[in-house]
Amino acid sequence: MNSTMKQTSFSVAAFSVIFGLLVGALIMLVFGYNPISGYIALMSSAVGSMQNIGGVLTQMTPLILTALGFTVASSAGFFNIGLSGQALAGWVGAVWYALSFPNLPAYVMIPSALILGTVLGGIAGAIPGWLRAQFGASEVIVTIMMNYILLYTGNNILQNVMAHGIKESAQTTKQIGANATLQMPWLTQLTQGSSVSAGIVLALVMIVVIWFVMKKTTLGFEIRAVGLNPDSARYAGMPSKRTAVVAMAISGGLAGLAGTIEGLGNYQYFFTQNSSPSIGFDGMAVALLGNGSYLGVLAAAILFSVLKIGGLGMPMSTGVPFELVDIVIASIIFFVGANYLIRIIQKRIHEMDAKAEVTAEHKKQQKSGGQ
Amino acid sequence: MSLMSILTLVISSTLVYSAPLIFTSIGGTFSERGGVVNVGLEGIMGIGAFAAVVFNLTFADQFGALTPWLGLLAGAIIGLLFSLLHAVATVTLRADHIISGTVINLMAPALGVFLIKVIYGKGQTEPISRDFGYTSLPLLKDIPVIGDLFFAKTSGPAWLAIIIAVLSWYLIFKTKFGLRLRSVGENPQAADTLGLNVARLRYAGVMLSGILGGIGGAVVAQSISLNYSAGTIVGQGFVAMAAMIFGRWNPLGAMAASLFFGLSQSLAVVGAQLPVIQNIPSIYLQIAPYVLTIVVLVFFFGKTRAPKADGVNYIKAT
Repeated sequence: MNSTMKQTSFSVAAFSVIFGLLVGALIMLVFGYNPISGYIALMSSAVGSMQNIGGVLTQMTPLILTALGFTVASSAGFFNIGLSGQALAGWVGAVWYALSFPNLPAYVMIPSALILGTVLGGIAGAIPGWLRAQFGASEVIVTIMMNYILLYTGNNILQNVMAHGIKESAQTTKQIGANATLQMPWLTQLTQGSSVSAGIVLALVMIVVIWFVMKKTTLGFEIRAVGLNPDSARYAGMPSKRTAVVAMAISGGLAGLAGTIEGLGNYQYFFTQNSSPSIGFDGMAVALLGNGSYLGVLAAAILFSVLKIGGLGMPMSTGVPFELVDIVIASIIFFVGANYLIRIIQKRIHEMDAKAEVTAEHKKQQKSGGQ
Repeated sequence: MSLMSILTLVISSTLVYSAPLIFTSIGGTFSERGGVVNVGLEGIMGIGAFAAVVFNLTFADQFGALTPWLGLLAGAIIGLLFSLLHAVATVTLRADHIISGTVINLMAPALGVFLIKVIYGKGQTEPISRDFGYTSLPLLKDIPVIGDLFFAKTSGPAWLAIIIAVLSWYLIFKTKFGLRLRSVGENPQAADTLGLNVARLRYAGVMLSGILGGIGGAVVAQSISLNYSAGTIVGQGFVAMAAMIFGRWNPLGAMAASLFFGLSQSLAVVGAQLPVIQNIPSIYLQIAPYVLTIVVLVFFFGKTRAPKADGVNYIKAT
């Protein structure tokens, strides 16, 4: 899993995006839509107004964080499918805490709520990490199962555990107070009432922090070493089990932070969820396209957010259902996963280039020989 | 409520909720016995549900009471086609199985809802007019007590699923095809050396999971949700995967686990009408299948070992 991800280069990502967009275009054509006007509608909707740009930033925020979480886990050799459950843990916990202490001043509330949400996500991530390190239980299956455990538990906390005073109805909490919100009036005003918040700054800072931890510290080195070869890492004296658990805790913590920002920044409340929040799987898609590169994660998060927010504008002007965007994203990840295909195509192109060069050279020689 | 009517209610609703899990978990068993991890069961079920509902809405007038059964066929065919995506990606293009399965899960609801919007102009369909309802099995229903409990006014698809489970067990453990399928899941190199076509067998395993997963989704759509929307399949595919693991990659085990998970799901729904059960908060019943799967993985890991080459791509030396 790691080696294929390492070999995936920038050009594979670029090819995947192009192919994914082509699949989308093809589907639009088949169902009688004009793909060019479809994509133009998408782009002009995504950057058409300050509000939509705010929407793109709001969308990007959790995706960056969950993608970073996925990247850290995969550096340690873990496939963390539980990002959405871990995010949910942070979301429920932070909103519950914020509503329970409406009188704490903002400078106490906001940092403590962010830490709480991060820690909850971290615990939710550490459990599957520990179960694999200790018992060899597949983290893929454990995290999938935990997504559902956390989903139902979160809904149950909302419906049966939270005090009535902090709930609007059986299915939603009240809005969090001004002491806990991450939204900033000037930013809201600038983006014409979008729900962009200080969370985006936090997410961008975390890119740098995680890059630093992973590339410049002993911990990051150990995480990567364990991911590449746990046995040799252990022989080299690294505590491989502990490192694996720590990596999954960081991964879950980032997802938990993403959920916390969704709760305190984007939605400002919690409501009954029908399925695990999509930021988990979308973040995974961002990480897979970003391919372990931190700038790649940022670029992929921008791309997917533009697609998602722009996609909302497509039905209005061109009639193309919004779901086309999700089809495009799934296709992009298909090509990233099946990068063997793209590498074969690249190889063919190179061969053809080389051949053409040889023939050109040959012709040149003939020409000069003829003189 | 008399004991008899309690038992009838619990058994019939357990069968209703188990049926899709049995089909899909056996599908997963075929795929993983051949060495291809299939976390895309959820997506395959979703597309099967989509196909069945569209078929049902379109042809209910022509086929009458037979419609839901033919809807299973529609789910199976579309499930099969959809699973080819997973097979091509993992077997031919050497993609990571988890990534490919995730693509299937991302793609299915997107494609399903997209097509529903194109066809019907809105995000969810009308309710279907011909659902499975309750079937009474001839002869068997006349057995005293047992007939009333199990065979009268019961879930038709569940009994079909149980028959399929037995047949699948026979296919996997008692036939040449089954032996070959298992051998490419355990040791593809050795199987290849003996002249088996690893790629073709793995395709077969994934395609069987597409057929059965599609049927599973069609059962959900036509006996539980009764329409199609993005929320028709939320988690059943993953529960089916859990049942496959719980059942130790054996069709009969998967069936037993599915019945157990179906019981826990149905108790979460009908439990409020039952004595004792109504005092258990439904949250425990909801999360029971998932918690149990983790417990089984952790504590019985040695015994629940997956096929050895499960999830490992086989790259033939050239």
